[in-house]
Amino acid sequence: MVEEIGSTAAGDIIINVGPQHPATHGVLHLVITINGETIQKVEPHLGYIHRSIEKMCESLTYRQFIYVTSRMDYLSSHINNHACALCVEKGLQIEVPSRAQVIRVLMDELTRIASHELWWGAMAMDLGAFTPFFHAFREREAINDIMEETCGARLTMNYMVPGGVMQDIHPNFQSRVKEFIALFKSKVSEYNELVTGNIIFQNRMKGVGNLSAADAISFGCTGPTARGSGVSCDIRKLYPYEIYDTLNFEEILETGGDSFARYMVRVREMSQSISIIEQLIDNIPEGDFQAKTKAVLKLPKGEFYQRVETARGEFGVYIVSEGGTTPYRIKYRSPGFSNLSALDHMARGSKLGDLVAMMGTLDLVIPDIDR
Amino acid sequence: MTIEALKEKITALLPSVLFEEGGQWPTILVEPADWHKVAVLLRQDDSLSFDFLFCLTCIDWKTHLTMVYHLDATSYRHNLVVKVKVEKVNPAIETVSDIWQTANFHEREVYEMFGVNFLNHPDLRLLILPDGWEGKNPLLKDFEDPINMIKL
Repeated sequence: MVEEIGSTAAGDIIINVGPQHPATHGVLHLVITINGETIQKVEPHLGYIHRSIEKMCESLTYRQFIYVTSRMDYLSSHINNHACALCVEKGLQIEVPSRAQVIRVLMDELTRIASHELWWGAMAMDLGAFTPFFHAFREREAINDIMEETCGARLTMNYMVPGGVMQDIHPNFQSRVKEFIALFKSKVSEYNELVTGNIIFQNRMKGVGNLSAADAISFGCTGPTARGSGVSCDIRKLYPYEIYDTLNFEEILETGGDSFARYMVRVREMSQSISIIEQLIDNIPEGDFQAKTKAVLKLPKGEFYQRVETARGEFGVYIVSEGGTTPYRIKYRSPGFSNLSALDHMARGSKLGDLVAMMGTLDLVIPDIDR
Repeated sequence: MTIEALKEKITALLPSVLFEEGGQWPTILVEPADWHKVAVLLRQDDSLSFDFLFCLTCIDWKTHLTMVYHLDATSYRHNLVVKVKVEKVNPAIETVSDIWQTANFHEREVYEMFGVNFLNHPDLRLLILPDGWEGKNPLLKDFEDPINMIKL
C-alpha cells in the first residue's frame, strides 16, 4: 500500500519522493518517514518500469534475448550483453577469437567510463552544481561518437553476440579512442578542481550514508558501493573473464564507507579503465571478430551462470536450459537491486537533505532494478 | 579451499545433504524443513563462512518449485549453490533474511513472482508488482494474462 502524506501519533511525517522526482533519476518511488528532519525509515516502491524481462526472455532464442538486456542497465549495455554472450558461450563451449575478446574488453571499459561520467555529472547536479554536468557530457559525447561509428548505436549497443562481436571495428576506431584518451587526460584534473576538492561538496559527502564492510556484504552490495566500504568485490579481479587476468590494473578500494568514499572509488576507477584501454588499443590482434557458430543455438540441458563487473557492480546471468532453443528460465542478478536494499539502513538517522547525496553515490539505474 | 575439500567439509558438517553433479559450482540439495538450520551453519562455520548471498531465485518445474541460493565466501572465495525443492501447491520455506539481509528484497521478489511464502519474513509484501496482484504469479509457467502479456 502507498501511504498518504500524513502524520502518525508519534509525530512522524510520511512523505513521498518520486516516482517523478529529479533526484531519483528515473521512476523510483521512496516513501520516507521523517521526524523533524531526521529520517526514520525509507521504503522503496519499485516496479514503475518493470517489463518482466525474465519472462520475456523465456520465449526468445539465445540470439534474441541479448538485445533485451541492453534495456536493463542502459548505461552498461555493452557489459550486460557481454555477460549474456559469455553465458551462452559457456554453455556451447564456443572459443571466442582473441580479436573479439580484446574488442569486447575495450568496449566494456569505454562503457564504464561513459557510465561513471554520467553518474559524476548527475550526482554533482543533485547536490546543486549544474556546470559539472556539461563537463561530464563533453567527454561522454566523445565515447558515444566512437560507439556510434562502430556499433551504430549510442545507448543500446547490442554489439556483443554469442561467438564474438557483431561486426568489425570501424577503421577510425583506434585513432578516435586515442583522441578520447588524450581529451580525457587533459580534462580529468578539472573534475577534481571543480568537485572533488570543493569544500562545500566535501562537507555534504563526508560522513554521510555510512555503510560498514560487514553490512555491505550482508546487503549484497557490489561494485563501487561495496568497494567504498573496503570490500574487495571486483569480479574482473576475483573471477576473471575474457582477458582481464592478463591485464594490469588496480582494484580501487576506499575504507571510508561514506558517500565521499564511494565517490572517490568511481572517480579513480575511470583512470584505471583508461589504463586498460591504453594497454589494449595498439594491441588488437588480427583475425576474425566472430567465431563460426550454428544458425540455431541450442544450449545443452543444465545450468549456466556468468558473473561480470558492470559500472554499478556485479551483474549475473543465470540460464537454466532444458536443451531447447529458448531458455527454460533466466534470472538476472542486477547490482542496483541489492545496492538499493541497503538505502534504508544507510539513511536511518540522517537528515532528509543528505538522502540525495546517498542516492547519488549508489548510482541507481531504475530499469536495472525493476527489470 | 579446493572443491573436494569443500565437499568433504560440508559432508562432515551436514551428513544428510546430497550433492548434485555437473554444475559450475558444488551444489547441495537440502530439505525445506532443514534449510534454515543449514543456512546458519553455512554462514557461521569458520572455515566455510558463506557471507555473501549473491543470487536468490526460484525455478518453476511444473511439478514442483526449486529455490536456488548462490553463495560466496568473501574471505575464502569459494562458492556453493544450494537447492531446495518446495511444493507447487502452497509453497512455503523459512526465510534467510535474518542471516543475509539481501534476502529480504530477493525473497519479496520471489514471493510475488512465484507465490512462495517465506515464513518469518519481516515484511513479506509485493515489491515490484502493483497493488492487487496478490495471488497471480507472473513467472509461473501456467500464468496467463491475455490483456497485458504479448506472446512472442
